[in-house]
Formats: sequence, C-alpha cells, structure tokens
Amino acid sequence: MSEPPVSRGFRGKQRSSDHAARTPPGQHLVNDFPVLSAGPTPRIDLVKWRFALTDGHNKFAEWDWEQFNALPQTKIKTDIHCVTTWSKLDTEWRGVTFDDLLAAAGLDEAPTPFALMHCYGGYTTNVPVEDMLEGKAMVATRFAGEELDPEHGGPARLVVPHLYFWKSAKWIQRIEFTETDTPGFWEELGYHIYGDPWREQRYAGD
Amino acid sequence: MLATEKVQPTRKLPWRTATVREIIEETPRVRSLSLDIPDWPGHRPGQHVDIRLTSDDGYQAQRSYSIASAPEAAELLVTVERIEEGEVSPYLSSEVIVGDKFELRGPIGGHFVWSAFMTEPLFLVAGGSGVAPLMAMLRHRAAAGNKNPALLVYSSRSFDDIIYRKELAALAARSDGLKVVHTLTRQQPAGWTGEKKRIDPEMLSRVGFSPKEQPRIFICGPTQLVESAARALIELGHDAGLIKTERFGPTGA
Ligand SMILES: Cc1cc2nc3c(=O)[nH]c(=O)nc-3n(C[C@H](O)[C@H](O)[C@H](O)COP(=O)(O)OP(=O)(O)OC[C@H]3O[C@@H](n4cnc5c(N)ncnc54)[C@H](O)[C@@H]3O)c2cc1C
Repeated sequence: MSEPPVSRGFRGKQRSSDHAARTPPGQHLVNDFPVLSAGPTPRIDLVKWRFALTDGHNKFAEWDWEQFNALPQTKIKTDIHCVTTWSKLDTEWRGVTFDDLLAAAGLDEAPTPFALMHCYGGYTTNVPVEDMLEGKAMVATRFAGEELDPEHGGPARLVVPHLYFWKSAKWIQRIEFTETDTPGFWEELGYHIYGDPWREQRYAGD
Repeated sequence: MLATEKVQPTRKLPWRTATVREIIEETPRVRSLSLDIPDWPGHRPGQHVDIRLTSDDGYQAQRSYSIASAPEAAELLVTVERIEEGEVSPYLSSEVIVGDKFELRGPIGGHFVWSAFMTEPLFLVAGGSGVAPLMAMLRHRAAAGNKNPALLVYSSRSFDDIIYRKELAALAARSDGLKVVHTLTRQQPAGWTGEKKRIDPEMLSRVGFSPKEQPRIFICGPTQLVESAARALIELGHDAGLIKTERFGPTGA
C-alpha cells in the first residue's frame, strides 16, 4: 500500500484521547448512543415475547418474559464498537450470559460450533459459539440500569462486545445452533463474516 | 421479513484516493463534493462510502457518507452537513478546496438501495441531509426514465436549508410521476403555503401513498425523524417489511 494522501489542513479532534488503547483502529469515541438499524424499530409486546434456543430440528428451551427474568442475572461493564466507526466505553448491561442460557436449557455444551441469531423484524447475524462462551456474551434486558429501549434492541438483545456491534443482535428471538458458519443479514450484504474490531474486519475481505 | 438482494464482494474493498473536482454550496451548512475516483466500480442508489482523512502527522478519522449521485453520472457526489462540534464534517463541509485528496472506499450497503427496474410506487421520506441517498434514487429514476409514481416528503428547518432545492423543483416539473412535498419546521418564508410541521402520521396519510399501493419506502435522516416516520407509517398500515431506513445519528441521549 502506498502512503495515504494527507488531507491538507485536517487536524482531527481525538488525537490526545486518554483512551487510545481502548479505541480500535478507525474508531472514534462517542458519549451518546447512536441508533443504527436496517428497518423500523419493532414494538414487541412482553406478553407475547418468547426467546428460544434451537437447532434445525429441536427446540432446546424456550422462555417467556417472566421465566427469562427469573434466570440468573449478570452485570457487565464493557466497551462497544460499531462498524460505522463509533465506540462507546464503559457501557453497562444486565442480562443472562450465554453460559447460563445453556445451563438453564440443560445443555452441558453447545450442540454445534456456530450460531445464527434470529430477531423480531427478520434480522439475523452469525457468531461462532466459542465467541459467546465463558462470559463473552449475554442476552441483555437492561442498559445503564434501565430497561433496554426498543431503539437499542429492547426488550432483549444479544451483547457480544468484542465483535462489531452489528453482531449484538437487537430484538433477539431465537439462537439457532448451526453446523456451519451461516452468514446473517449484513454478512450476506458484504460485511465481514466475523467482525473483529481490533483487526478492523468491517467488510468481506478485510 | 427484511427482504433484500444478496451481493457478496469476494475481495477486500480497497481504499481509493478521491480528488475533489468541484464544490457545490447547497445551503449555508451543507456542501456537495464532486469526486474523481480512479477505477470506481459503480454503485447502486442508496449505498454509501467510508471517507478517511489523514492529517500531516498520520492521525486518521473516518465516517460514512451516502452517495448522492446517480450510477449514471460520471462523477461521484457526496453531500455533507456541517455538525459544528464534529471531527470530520466541518472539514468536508468548510475546509476542503478543489484539488484536495482524501481516501474513500465503497460502495457499501446493499439493503437501503432502490433500482429503476422496480415498478411499485417509490415513497421517500427525508430529514435534512438524509435526503442525500434519496437524491441518488431520484437522479437514477430520472436518468433511467422510470415514470412510476414517486413521492418525496422532505423536512427542512427553513427554505434556505432545503438541499438540492432547484434540482428537486426541476425533477418535479418533468411531469414524470414525481411529487415533492416540502415541510419547513422552524421558519417559513413570507407567503409559504406548504407544510410547516414535523412529519407526522396525519401528513403522511394525507400526502402519502396508501398502504394498498404497497409502495417501497425509504426513510433517511436524523434518528428521531426516522424513528417517528417509520412508526407512523406502520401505524397507517404499511408493511414493516417494505420500509427501509438509514439513520445518520445522533440520539440526543
Ligand atoms: C450510513 C451512513 C450514511 C451517512 N451519510 C451522510 C451523508 O450523506 N451526509 C452527512 O452529512 N452525514 C452522513 N452521515 C453521518 C456522518 O457519517 C457523520 O456521522 C457526521 O458527518 C458527523 O461526523 P463528525 O465527525 O462531523 O461528528 P462527530 O465528531 O462524529 O460527532 C460530534 C458530535 O455531533 C453529534 N452528531 C453526530 N452526527 C450528528 C448528526 N447527524 N446530527 C446532529 N449531531 C450529530 C455527535 O453525537 C457528537 O456529539 C451518515 C452516517 C451513516 C451511518
């Protein structure tokens, strides 16, 4: 690669950030919480809300809202990174870790190496199971001590913060275990199959 | 369901060097940049690019900008609104001069796209600079000679803040099925007889297509406008699966 052209007169604002070590390449820090979704925000009635673990044939477990909230709850504080280049530090989530979901479903281990998230509104995204184990992912119902807003994925969204945030599927309805890594919605449209922000895996081929 | 076309680029989207060929002052806060990009692969209306700026000491910042030009046009246009406190938009909308270079890659996104082959009515809802990707669709529609019904409902703060004002008037004057409805939410010129409230369900049902016509709907602009317009259209009976959205930010939170 040749040197990038210098943008004459461009200074930039975040060069002296104290948090440079926590900001992946090409990202900038924000204090607000931008909303990005491909379609309208679904409004989901909690009475009808269900969340399930499945594979091609079986339903391993399904919870309604009350049952889900009775599962062991975990709080995490973590940095999140959106592919549109904003990062937000120290976000606080509460929900049920993927490990606890497996345990509650009576599964000693995940049945397959990959998973595809299915969401209210039709969104999908794929995440390797390994990237969700040992506290690396949760299905969150609270953000910053409050109920999760519909715009941000409420009632419940996946949070898998070490990957770009499109992997943290909003309005999650079902985790489907798959034998192969099956591209989801954005992955089909040219976004990276894995999406590691530290390796700047934004688009296919990165 | 979110219905969409599948496109799978197989190789890395390269960073290309764009050279600013022309600068168009659209409004006091908005400029369009006409860019010359070697080996540009083409785009579909609604897609965006990532622009990356590099300072003389190597510091970089990147942001996304919609492509405002039609695929048929020779040069690529982006339209940038100045966010006063911003890092990248003040540079692109005020500092840049003709001949300046920066990096760009794309096109990106395959969901928020429209093609003139589509025959259903086209229903566009924009707020501020959110009109940019919708303008790519309207320019493409005109270039391709598509005459199916189309409507743009476009919210601006004031008359002088309307981006592409003259071109939109010219497109609407072609009598090819396009109608443009402006609403001016903060200030209206003397004698303004048009809309002057924020886009709401009443306005959308009065000026918009009926759900029976199954229009393809694209909404773009600040998050609040997109949220409220999408919600209103669903309440009016439009199929959520036919509504595509692009949110430019911020949340205000
Ligand atoms: C897919 C996509 C397409 C986009 N297309 C365009 C486009 O065609 N034209 C365009 O002008 N912008 C577009 N944007 C927005 C653009 O990417 C930048 O976010 C915007 O230019 C602000 O960048 P900045 O570096 O100037 O501000 P930042 O330094 O990122 O932000 C500074 C402050 O401004 C606030 N802010 C950020 N965006 C906005 C906003 N839109 N309105 C009000 N306040 C804001 C931030 O919350 C922050 O507090 C698009 C965004 C996306 C995701």
